[in-house]
Parts: sequence; C-alpha cells; structure tokens
Amino acid sequence: MANTAHIPTSNSALIAMIADEVGTTFEDTVVGFLLAGVGNVDLRRKTNYLIVDSKTTDKQIEDAFKEFTTRTDIAIVLISQYVANMMRFLVDSYNKPIPAILEIPSKNHPYDPAHDSILSRVKHLFNAESVASTRH
Amino acid sequence: MSGQSQRLNVVPTVTMLGIMKARLVGATRGHALLKKKSDALTVQFRQILKKIVSTKESMGEIMKTSSFSLTEAKYVAGENIKHVVLESVQTASLKVRSRQENVAGVKLPKFEYFTEGETKNDLTGLARGGQQVQQCRAAYVKAIEVLVELASLQTSFLTLDEAIKTTNRRVNALENVVKPRLENTISYIKGELDELEREDFFRLKKIQGYKKREIEKQLAAAKEFVEDKFAEKISLQKGISINAAHNLLSAAREKDEDIIF
Repeated sequence: MANTAHIPTSNSALIAMIADEVGTTFEDTVVGFLLAGVGNVDLRRKTNYLIVDSKTTDKQIEDAFKEFTTRTDIAIVLISQYVANMMRFLVDSYNKPIPAILEIPSKNHPYDPAHDSILSRVKHLFNAESVASTRH
Repeated sequence: MSGQSQRLNVVPTVTMLGIMKARLVGATRGHALLKKKSDALTVQFRQILKKIVSTKESMGEIMKTSSFSLTEAKYVAGENIKHVVLESVQTASLKVRSRQENVAGVKLPKFEYFTEGETKNDLTGLARGGQQVQQCRAAYVKAIEVLVELASLQTSFLTLDEAIKTTNRRVNALENVVKPRLENTISYIKGELDELEREDFFRLKKIQGYKKREIEKQLAAAKEFVEDKFAEKISLQKGISINAAHNLLSAAREKDEDIIF
C-alpha cells in the first residue's frame, strides 16, 4: 500500500512523556514513570520527558510535542490529558501511527474520555456499531 | 454522465473486444479479492475497537492505583524523593520493542515493553520507605504494561482505519466506475461489430444482385445477337440483304412519288 505509513521495526525504542506537576500539590505523573525506569538522558543532556509546571509556557509544550513526535527513537508519547487539552489542535491534527500518542489521566485532573481524540472516534464508531447490531 | 461518456475510447475491433473482456475478468477478480480483504480488516478492526474500550477503562483504574502508591511512597520516603528520582535519571531501563503483525496485507505494529539491564535499586538506599518505593515502581511498571498495550491497539486502530478506507474506496471504484465502463465498452464494441457485419452482408447482397443483373443483361445481348445473326442468314439465303429488306420496308413507308403522273 502506497499511502500507509512505513512502520519501522526497531529493537528498542523509548517512551516519551509530557506530564504535569502542578504547583504546590506533590502529585506528579512523571516521577512515577521515571521511577519505573522510563526516563532517558542522552549525551547532549536531552531528556525524553517534559515536566509541565506552572512556569512552562505553551510554546515549550508544543515544541516538546513536536520534537517527541519527530524523533525516530520514540515509539510512544504519553501526554497527560490536562496538558493535551492545552494544545488540543496539535494533538488532534496528529495522525501518524508511530509514535503513538496516548493521553493518560492525572490525579488532579480526572480523566474525561470525551476529550480524547482517539477515544471519541472509538466511541463514535462503537456506538454506531452497537446501534447497528441491535437493529439486526 | 450518460452511457456514452462512460466508456473507454477504443477502436471497435475483435482484438479490442478480447482485451476488454480480459480486463473485465481481471477487474471482477480484483473486486472480489478486495472485498474479502476489506471484510477481514473490518473483523480485525471491530475486535480492536472492543479491546480499546475495555483497556481504556482498565487504564483509569491502574493509573489510580499507581498514583496512590506514589503518594504512599512520598509519604513514607519524604517529599524530596521527587528530586532524587529526577536527578538519578540516566538511561532508560524500560524500553519498548515493536514488531509487525500482518493482517490481510496490512502491517500492524505491536509494541511490547522490556527491561534492559538490572533494575535500579539505588533508590532503596534512601533513609526510609524502600519497600514503598519498590511497590510504587512495580505499580508504575504495571501501568506501563497497560499503556503499551493500549498504544499498540491505538496504533493498529489508526492504521486499520486508514487501510479500510483505502480498500473500500478501491472496492467502490472498481464496482462503480471501472466495471461499468468496461461493460459499456464491451457492449459498444459488440454493437459496432454487429453493425459492421450487417453492412458487409448488405454490401455482399447488393453486389450479388448487381452481378446477377449484369449476367442477365449479357445473356439477353447474346441472345439478341444470335437472333440477329440468324435473321441475316435467312435473308441472305433469300437473296436480299437484311439491310435491303429494311430499306425496302422503310421505302415502302415513304410516300411514293407517282411515276406516271
């Protein structure tokens, strides 16, 4: 197929993260994943995660998103949904299969499936399908 | 779009008819195959759809547990564990590997995570809360497991969606554009060939009739000639040339001058 994106088979790829750490609350998603061993710092001191706090500008988040989605060694980008909402247009317009964008919930911001670009499509299809299947 | 414009611009010949028929057969087979492919993809797509929904739901649960265990670890190990963790990041020990899965010619990526190198235990050396930290790590690894699965499902979902769209477009194009056009072309060529045949037949008939007439004419001429010959012969025998006889006859028709008066 000519128009399907080429999917590289890599032996090892990273998981990137853009997640929040908001102000005074000591809840943050990145730390947990870093603890699990996801974090990576390369020779040029570039990290594969971005901690969004109250000082982080939208521009920085967008740049990080663009960088993570264009890097070849990243297979999955985790974005906390609260951050994804800040640049919804970018996330929605992204349509490549790799790296996969995943919106994850964070504690202070409850998960809303309606905002998730993928899940809204899934739900839409799923509802249509279940309606169709009940009609039979 | 009339029927006339819906055909290929070809010379109506028998060879072309053969080519068109072969193409129609090819298009029909291709259509059937693509239809099958589309069906297979749709089956897969629905399975993935169901899986995505259930995994998304379980993701919320797991994230909640892991967040809770992180809070526990923080409570036990102190607030500054965050900074220790952030400082101790070097190379990723938890990575993903992707491989491809082939569904009806569409390559779907499948991610799986793996740990590389030894699990870092340096954080257990903190003053307190080593066990909680370990639990927290385990919880997050579990969360990653789910997230990675979800990522591969989601990627498959997008890829399949795209593939199904393309396949369906091709199926419809074959069914509604290519096949009718070929059929129209075939019927056009057939019609044209029939027309040619009728024309030929008519021409042959015409020539036949012409020849027949020509022969009859010649026969008639020959007959006349023979009759003329015959008449001349008889008149010669009688001593009068046929011309003289004619003259005689024609002379008789002329008004006679009175000789005496």
